Amino acid sequence: MALLQISEPGMSPAPHERRLAVGIDLGTTNSLVATVRNGVASVLPDQQGRALLPSIVRYLPDGRSEVGYPAQAHQTEDPKNTIVSVKRYMGRGLKDVVHVENAPYDFVDATGMLQLRTCAGVKSPVEVSAEILRTLRTRAELSLGGELAGAVITVPAYFDDAQRQATKDAGRLAGLNVMRLLNEPTAAAIAYGLENAAEGIYAVYDLGGGTFDISILKLSKGVFEVVATAGDAALGGDDFDQRVFCWVVEAAKLAPLGARDMRKLLVKSREAKEYLTYHGEAPVSTRLSSGEWVDLSITTEKFCEITQNLVQKTLGPTRKALRDAGLTIDEIKGVVMVGGATRMPQIQRAVGEFFRRDPLNNLDPDKVVALGAAMQADVLAGNKPAGEDWLLLDVIPLSLGIETMGGLVERIVPRNSTIPVARAQEFTTFKGGQTAMSIHVVQGERELVSDCRSLAKFELRGIPPMAGGAARIRVTFQVDADGLLSVGAQEKTTGVEASVTVKPSYGLEDADIERMLRDSYEHARDDMHARALAEQRVEGERLLAATRAALAADAALLSTEERACIERAVAALEAVAVGSDHRAIKQAADALNRATEEFAARRMDANVRRALAGRNIASLDV
Amino acid sequence: MTAGRERAATDEGAQAPLSLVSMQNHFELFQLTPGYALDCAALEAAYREIQARVHPDRFAHAGDAERRASMQWTTRVNEAYRTLKSPVARAQYLLELRGVDVGLETNTSMPPEFLMQQMELREALERAGDARDAAALDVLRAGLRRETRTLESSLAEAIDARRDYAGAAGLVRKLMFLEKLAAEIDLAYEALEV
Repeated sequence: MALLQISEPGMSPAPHERRLAVGIDLGTTNSLVATVRNGVASVLPDQQGRALLPSIVRYLPDGRSEVGYPAQAHQTEDPKNTIVSVKRYMGRGLKDVVHVENAPYDFVDATGMLQLRTCAGVKSPVEVSAEILRTLRTRAELSLGGELAGAVITVPAYFDDAQRQATKDAGRLAGLNVMRLLNEPTAAAIAYGLENAAEGIYAVYDLGGGTFDISILKLSKGVFEVVATAGDAALGGDDFDQRVFCWVVEAAKLAPLGARDMRKLLVKSREAKEYLTYHGEAPVSTRLSSGEWVDLSITTEKFCEITQNLVQKTLGPTRKALRDAGLTIDEIKGVVMVGGATRMPQIQRAVGEFFRRDPLNNLDPDKVVALGAAMQADVLAGNKPAGEDWLLLDVIPLSLGIETMGGLVERIVPRNSTIPVARAQEFTTFKGGQTAMSIHVVQGERELVSDCRSLAKFELRGIPPMAGGAARIRVTFQVDADGLLSVGAQEKTTGVEASVTVKPSYGLEDADIERMLRDSYEHARDDMHARALAEQRVEGERLLAATRAALAADAALLSTEERACIERAVAALEAVAVGSDHRAIKQAADALNRATEEFAARRMDANVRRALAGRNIASLDV
Repeated sequence: MTAGRERAATDEGAQAPLSLVSMQNHFELFQLTPGYALDCAALEAAYREIQARVHPDRFAHAGDAERRASMQWTTRVNEAYRTLKSPVARAQYLLELRGVDVGLETNTSMPPEFLMQQMELREALERAGDARDAAALDVLRAGLRRETRTLESSLAEAIDARRDYAGAAGLVRKLMFLEKLAAEIDLAYEALEV
C-alpha cells in the first residue's frame, strides 16, 4: 500500500492548494516583484499600473518614510534624507565605498556596515532596503489577495557573504519568509532558458545600476547548472552617471557643490546617459542654487571616451569566468543581456565584439531577473508538480579561507564550488598547554588577509591542555544554498568537543531584528504578539503538512513504535496550533522537528536509492 | 551490478541504522565501477538523478529536520561529484581507497629532471608576465595542457592496467605541480587584464 502512495519528496499531497510566492528583484536603481499565475510569470504593477519601484527611500521628520516615486520626486530638494542606490552600501563599511565625496549623505561609520544619519534617526542599509521590500510585499499581498507564503530575493552573483547576509536580514525585517537568495544572472537564465527552450552553454552578462556579474551556465532539459561566475560588486550604470557628472563639473569649471546641487546634477547626468542610447547628443542643462546656469551638451563620442575604461572593466571578469569554466568563446552558444545598463550601445558593441556574436536582447532587461525569481519561487513553494520543475545548481562566487601565519590566506573552499558545499580543515596548537585558538575567516581571491574581506573572527576555547601540536581541531565551513557561510569547530583527540558555530559579525541577531521591527514606525502600532503568533501558526502548519505528506509517502521506513512517537508529536502540535500561545506552538514545532530527524535522514536515503534504482531499470530497457 | 546496488536492495526498511551519507564511497554512491577510467556521462547522469531528489530546492517549505538532511546529502553528493570529475582528485581518491597515501607532505622528493623542468617553466612564466606577453602565456598554457594529458594517460595505465599504485602516486604528485602552475598562469593572465 505504501508503495502506491509514494509522492515526490517534499511535495504537498494537495497540489491544488497553491502557496502565494513571489520573486523580488531588489535592484540598485529599481526594484520589482513578480509572481507565477496560471503557469505564467508576470510582474505585479502598483495601483497606478507601474511595474518598477524606484529603489529610493525618503525619511520624514515624523519617522514616516516614502518609498519609490514619491521619494524620487523629492530627491533633489531633500538629498540627505532621500536614500538612492542603497544596495551599494549593503554589507559595506565606509572605507569600501568609492566616491564617498560624491554621495550627498551624512554617513556614520559603524563596525561591519556603515549607517546613514537621517532626520528620522540613524538608519542601516538593511533597514532602508527593508522599506523597499516591505512596499513590494504590500503591493503583492494586495494584488494577490493574501499573505505571502514565501519570497525569493535576488542578489548579484558576485555578492560576498556580508552582502548576502545583509540582504537576507532585510527580507526578514520586511516580514518576508525568504525561501532563497537567488543569483541575478541565474534568475535571468531561468527566465530566458524556459522561454526559449534553450540548451547548451550560455553566458549571462548582467550590468545593473551598481553591480556587474558574468555567469556561464550549462542549460539542458530540466537542469540549470552554473559553471563559473565572476564580476565586480561595485561597477554599474551609476558609474557611467558619475563619469558624466565629473565631465560636467570639469567642463563647466564648477566650484565644489552642495548636496542639493550634487544630486540635481547627478540626476541630469543620468538623464543625459539615457538620452544618448537613442541620440547622438544630449543636453545637460540646469540651474544651480547659486543661480548659476549649467548649459552643456555631451556627444556620444565624448560619452564613449569618458566611459571606455568602465566598459573594459567588465571584460576582465568575463575572461576570468571563461577561464574558470575551462571554455573558449567559440563554445558559448549565446550571450543573454540583463540589466538596464546593457541598453547602452557601447556595451552592446563591446560584448558583441568580445563574443563574436550578436547579444541576445529578446527579454526586457529590467524585468527578466524578477520573472526568473518568480519562477523559482513557484518551484520552491512546491507549486509545481514533479516533472515540471527543474534542478538549479549554483556556485559560490568567491573563495573562502582562513588567516594563517604571516597574514596569509589558506584557501578552504575555492570559488565556483557548487553549493551547498562543506570543507573541513584540521589545525593544531602552536604551544604546549595552549587552551584557546583564534580563527579568522576571510573571503576573496588575494593572498594577503588584508586584501580580502574579513567575515568573522572567533576564539575557540576549552581546548584541553596538551603538548604543542598534539591537539586536533577540526574547523568546518558549510555554505548553504543561499551562499551563506557558517563555521563550526571541534577538538577531536581527547573526546572533549569544544564546538562553536559563528555567525559573521555583521549579521543581525534575532534580537536585533525584533528591536528594529519595534523601532520602525509602521510596526510600532502592530501588535508584536499577534505578529509572532501569525508567524508561528504559519510555520506550524507548514511543518504539519510536510510531516503528514512524509508519513503518507514513507511510513514503511518507520517501526510501529517510531511512527507512534512522531504521531504523538504531530498531535501535540495540532493541539496547540489553534491556540493563541506562540511560544507553545514553537515548542511543539521544535519537538516535532526533533522527533522526525531520523525519519528525515532515512527518507533522504530512500530517495537516493529510488533515484538510482530508477536509473538501472531505465538502462535495462534500452 | 555493483556493491551499491546490492545494498540498496537489502537495506530498504526501518532497520537501516546508519545513513548512506557515511556508508558508501564515492563510486558506490554513483553506482560506478571504481577505476581511473570513468564513464563521464554516467557520472553526470547519476549525479543529477540524485540531486533532483535531495536538493534543498525540493525542501524549501519542509520542516527543519528534512531541510537539514537535504543539505547534508547535497553537500555529500557535490563533494563526491567534484572528486570524481577531476582527474587528479579522482586518482588521489582511488589511491586512498587502495590504501596508498599520495603523501604530499611526507613524500616531497620528486625526480630532479622534473623539478628542473618545473623551474624552467616558472621562469618562463615570470618572463612572460613581466613582459606582459599574452602570446607567450598562450604557448605556456598549451604546452602545459599537452603535458597534463600525457601524464593523465600514463596514470590511467598505471592504475587500471598495471595496478602500480606507488608509481601512480608519483604521477599524481606531478599532476598536482602542473595544476598549481596552471593556476599561476591564470593569475598572470588576470594581471594582464587589469
